Amino acid sequence: MTVALALHGVEKSYGGKGVLRSINAEVSAGEVFALVGPSGAGKTTVLRLLDLLEGPDAGEIRYHGRTVRLGSPEALAQRRRMAMIMQNPTTFRATVFENVAYGLWLRGVSEEGIRGPAFAALEFVGLLDRAQEPAAGLSGGEQQRVAFARAAVLRPEVLLLDEFTSNLDPANVRLLEEATRRYRRETGATVVIVTHNLFQAKRLADRVGLLLDGRIVEVAPTHAFFENPSRPETRAFLSGEMAY
Amino acid sequence: MTDWPAVLQIVVITLLVAGTSTLIGAALGIPAGAFVALKKFRGRNFVRTLAFTFYGFPPVLAGLLVYLLLSRSGPLGALGWLFTPMGMIVAQSVLIVPIVMGVTISAVMAVERRLHDTALTLGADERQWRATAIHEARVGVVTAVMVGFGRAVSEVGAVLIVGGNIAGQTRVLTTAIVLETSQAHYVEASVFGVILFVIAFAIFAILQRLQREGTV
Amino acid sequence: MSIARASPLPWPGFISKWRLALLVATALALAGIAVSVESRPTVSLVLATTTSTRDTGLLDYLDPIFQVDTGIQVQYVAVGTGLALDMARRGDADAAMVHAPSLEEAFMAEGHGLCRSPLMYNRFLIVGPASDPAGIAGTANATAAFRRIWETNSTFVSRGDNSGTNVKELQVWALVGYRPSPANDAWYLESGQGMGATLTLASEKGAYTLTDDGTFYALLSSLHLRIEVQGDPFLANHYHILVVNPAEHPNVKAGAARAYAQWLVSERGLALIADYEIAGHRLFTPEYQPGLPGEC
Repeated sequence: MTVALALHGVEKSYGGKGVLRSINAEVSAGEVFALVGPSGAGKTTVLRLLDLLEGPDAGEIRYHGRTVRLGSPEALAQRRRMAMIMQNPTTFRATVFENVAYGLWLRGVSEEGIRGPAFAALEFVGLLDRAQEPAAGLSGGEQQRVAFARAAVLRPEVLLLDEFTSNLDPANVRLLEEATRRYRRETGATVVIVTHNLFQAKRLADRVGLLLDGRIVEVAPTHAFFENPSRPETRAFLSGEMAY
Repeated sequence: MTDWPAVLQIVVITLLVAGTSTLIGAALGIPAGAFVALKKFRGRNFVRTLAFTFYGFPPVLAGLLVYLLLSRSGPLGALGWLFTPMGMIVAQSVLIVPIVMGVTISAVMAVERRLHDTALTLGADERQWRATAIHEARVGVVTAVMVGFGRAVSEVGAVLIVGGNIAGQTRVLTTAIVLETSQAHYVEASVFGVILFVIAFAIFAILQRLQREGTV
Repeated sequence: MSIARASPLPWPGFISKWRLALLVATALALAGIAVSVESRPTVSLVLATTTSTRDTGLLDYLDPIFQVDTGIQVQYVAVGTGLALDMARRGDADAAMVHAPSLEEAFMAEGHGLCRSPLMYNRFLIVGPASDPAGIAGTANATAAFRRIWETNSTFVSRGDNSGTNVKELQVWALVGYRPSPANDAWYLESGQGMGATLTLASEKGAYTLTDDGTFYALLSSLHLRIEVQGDPFLANHYHILVVNPAEHPNVKAGAARAYAQWLVSERGLALIADYEIAGHRLFTPEYQPGLPGEC
């Protein structure tokens, strides 16, 4: 099992406040890894560091064993092999189609080369008939589906999902979870998903990690994590947390 | 007032001077404004405040300074641009560039920060993000051009001093209005005023159309 | 996996629209600049003159005829006398037609002018409201009239702009022994503007003012003023034509300017000047004599 992503001793603080104290984790290629934990624990920070939006204060992150320096051409290339979907859908002031096409435009794909994959991605999320509408006019759930298509069309090797269904109604939650599963099935991509929703973690993940007080406290395969956690903190978290 | 060829000349020179100045304002002010809005650099706030301060810069003072600059006895006298449309364009551009830049800064800064992250996660580099941000702010950017043109076409002090209001050469609608008024030809002045209004209205209507088409 | 080296980074598709717009805008701007730089006709001269001269309409009448005769286009810029002479001093004008002999003599003495020819004169008038609060109507003497205005504190509007008219007005006050002080004397107003605006202001306020006859006759129908005093020889307004000295400013078109000056004082020019009239009034009396020192 190759290690796609590895974090060693990663630390990060903002304004003097330590958010991540020492993160150590490995994500295998092709697996779905769920990162859970209380609000404000730093889960989003982990994703931002993984996506090379920011750099750690200490420690290192390796992609297939290699580190990249933030701001270098290698970092840009690596970031282009990944994609992130955030909690609140932020669409560009353009049509649905143009939103989905954005990442392909960035990579210099020609207009003809964009059409096929973009329409396929829209079909993937069931929005093909809305392609020419302004994205801003869609509902929250539909916009998040656009965001998913926008990311999936790029065929990223790593998909980072940051509470991407936490504001949506059950129908859209189901649709997007199914899309995630299907995407991983078809491409073998690695998925790291941050979620509050423990049921979602149970549904999607192969392994689950608990982030508490700036550290990864426990990592276990999903079944073991929920049924038989080895750490007391995990047990406390599972019993005390509100899942919705 | 039946000298319609002279009126036509005045209209043409007006469009030439105000139009070229606005285009220069856009070509320089939009990229500069986007840069200031997006890139953090030392002294950025100072530059922003400076651009906004120039909004209130008295056009007639700008005219005086450009006059002294372009005068034969001045540093750029060799260009021979005083009392020509080119000199008027220089004077107006000095006024218009800060205006377009300032409104562009406001428009681009209003673009959501989260969009920046979104663009980055989809693989944009900083240069591509700057282009994306301008495109996102395009409604505001067109507004910047409209404000710039409005100022250019209605300006009178700078073009009067630098242009000299020479009949058939540097007389524009605003300076023609000043001339006719000073001679108590109120009807003629009002006619020029109406023409000016109609031209401005037409240009704004076109720009607004562009704005609407850009808005998806 | 190695990174493909810097082929220029790709742009999103909408960039092509912005690029096109920028290209069109730049092209139009350059075209505008090109047209503007081209726009001065090859044979022309810049004449600095005063707003009151412009307002008489004399130049609009004479200059086209000159252009037909010689092919030279006269572009006049009408400003206050002070600025007109300063323009000449700076080399921004090739010739000057003003009516402030004392300032002109200083100008020539300083070496700024190549030559100077007397041209014509018109008259200054003291105008005022029909009610004539100072009782000066029909006075032959300007000094006496001004003294009456001062004694009665009747409202008086000055141009206050260092123009030829203003200079003449101050000369009369000097003879009367009054130093204008708008800050202290509420009856003495300064408009700071050209003759037309000053007459309009005087008309609105029912005030007296000193004006040249040309502007007055041109605006007569819109003013509520009448002539109170005229004919005093002191109130003659003498015009000269000056050519700027090319020794100081090589760009000055001394040849064209001199041709203009010589044309104006030729038989043809003087005859045209004498014939010029506004509202039935002949404004200018030619006053050229050949052979004067320093003439063009």
